[in-house]
Amino acid sequence: MAKAKAKTNTEEYLRMYRQMVRIRTFEDNANQLYLSAKMPGLTHMYSGEEAVAVGICEALTDDDRITSTHRGHGHCVAKGAEFKEMFCELLGKEEGYCRGKGGSMHIADQSHGNLGANAIVGGSMGIATGSALRAKLQGKDDVTVCFFGDGATAQGLWYEVMNMAALWNLPVIYACENNGYSEYTRTDEIAAGSITARAEAFGIEAHKVDGQDVLAVNELTQKLVARCRKGEGPFFIELETYRYHGHHVGDINREYYRAKDEEKDWRENRDPITRFRAYLVEQGIASEDDIEAMNAEIEKDAAEAVAYAEAAPYPDVSEVDMHVYAD
Amino acid sequence: MREITLSQAVNEALAEEMRRDETVFILGEDVAEAGTPFKVLSGLVEEFGTERVLDTPISEPGFVGLAVGAAMTGARPVVDLMFGDFIYLVMDQLCNQAAKQHYMSGGKLSVPMVLRTNMGATRRSAAQHSQSLQALVAHIPGLKVAMPSSAYEAKGLMKTAIRDNNPVVIFEDKLMYQDKAPVPEEEYLIPFGEANVKREGTDITLIATSSMVQVAEKAAEILSNEGIEAEVIDPRTIVPLDEATLLESVRKTSRAIVIDEGHQSYGVTAEIASRLNEKAFYHLDAPVLRMGAMDVPVPFSPALEDITVPTPEGVVENARKLCAGELIHAA
Repeated sequence: MAKAKAKTNTEEYLRMYRQMVRIRTFEDNANQLYLSAKMPGLTHMYSGEEAVAVGICEALTDDDRITSTHRGHGHCVAKGAEFKEMFCELLGKEEGYCRGKGGSMHIADQSHGNLGANAIVGGSMGIATGSALRAKLQGKDDVTVCFFGDGATAQGLWYEVMNMAALWNLPVIYACENNGYSEYTRTDEIAAGSITARAEAFGIEAHKVDGQDVLAVNELTQKLVARCRKGEGPFFIELETYRYHGHHVGDINREYYRAKDEEKDWRENRDPITRFRAYLVEQGIASEDDIEAMNAEIEKDAAEAVAYAEAAPYPDVSEVDMHVYAD
Repeated sequence: MREITLSQAVNEALAEEMRRDETVFILGEDVAEAGTPFKVLSGLVEEFGTERVLDTPISEPGFVGLAVGAAMTGARPVVDLMFGDFIYLVMDQLCNQAAKQHYMSGGKLSVPMVLRTNMGATRRSAAQHSQSLQALVAHIPGLKVAMPSSAYEAKGLMKTAIRDNNPVVIFEDKLMYQDKAPVPEEEYLIPFGEANVKREGTDITLIATSSMVQVAEKAAEILSNEGIEAEVIDPRTIVPLDEATLLESVRKTSRAIVIDEGHQSYGVTAEIASRLNEKAFYHLDAPVLRMGAMDVPVPFSPALEDITVPTPEGVVENARKLCAGELIHAA
């Protein structure tokens, strides 16, 4: 792990571990809901990428904003969302974060600064940069993190907004979760040259970090957030990571684009949760028993939230034309 | 009452709202020192500075996206989109992002932004700088659409748009920027969804948007000399649409022509005509006619361009036929 020092951050470390397990547990349950045909539509699993969302969001406050993606459950949990409202949203229930109107691909949790998942690849890059522009114009010190995948680096919008963010020193961090696959295509087949060089072309300081190392991600993000608050933004981070599932839950037979051995290697040798757990035990921050207890508690929370969401009512049909326009 | 140009009216509305609310800011291409190619924003940067009158690169999707994000987090941006034709470039940001945030979030997020742009042919600018694309925007739930027909409307609608908590698109006719109209010195707002009966009549209703209101008024003048009294109505906003006022008029006159400068097929005229047919059918003595721009890309040559848009003479001719019962079996 990045930091071989210190037990001084015990609480923060345990919270990071807990948040990563919460994401994995949420996704395992969401996947089961899909497989048992209890969830309408489909969803995109974040499993395998937990250290990215948690490492970054643990460096932010509730006043800081994020924009999320179609693969957004991890960002949502990491930014502070509750299981109950999230599962309700996935099942289209009234008590969901968006009253069942957004679903998996549009979860937004404004109370914790999550401006919402976006189902257009790269679609939130303008929104994130605009949030940062607002912060600058209004003299606020909040920072906005724009999450997107490697596939989104092919969208022209990114280059337009990076140009403006760099021109005006906006407090935005572009966080590219490079999981190696742009939907069903290897990223090296769709991306020419280096991705960090694209940000650097605008004079934006770019970093590449192991996205499976939560401490490395968190340490870097803390530094960049602090510099953004001082007006030194924007920044770009490429996070090398991996998604364990297919592009979406229904993408089961995927050997035509991704080898099983490769998946096995990432799961067995680079899993962010397994790695961090070993570190916590080795450093004496938590015992195996502590960790098992934490895991069990999270599983129980998730099971209760799923049961609650399954029993929860759908929105009344009268809500269908509510919220088209704000008052 | 003093008379000012439509351009000055827009400028005044922006300045007043920027003084009233410090979260209001303008962004777009050449909005600051240049004041836009039409000089609508001249002088604003001197008063409000380059942060609140923000020149952007030529990146329409980018700066509209920025406006959406700024609006979602507590600002009230007014985007200047230099030509209405550039709407195509920003469709994702406008229609997938701005229009849907409030609904998708179950009412938690809102996007109080204004997108100012223009419309209108006969400026010899050919197919990519002459379109009137209000129908594209009006089709999308979550967006409001205002179409000022004079300096008076331009000011009152702009001020309302800036205070609205939804994305509002305002189409100004670029040929009307220098047209003068009486505009009060004191503050006023024009509520959305309230049509304006510009001229009362009993024989036929002419429903017209933006510069087509002038066309309809000229037609009504000519028709009056022939003994046909036309009622002219300006909806002012097509979303929301003041259906009640339109229906009330048509129930009285039993004939209607709808005039708008967008392409006729699948257009604003089609939507309004259809609503009149659905809701006032038994009051009608003749089919409701649509008069939009011809279904061709706007041509460059003046000889061709001028015949693509509705004219007073064309409206008069159609009105005569409707009133004479000649179009009842038009098919």
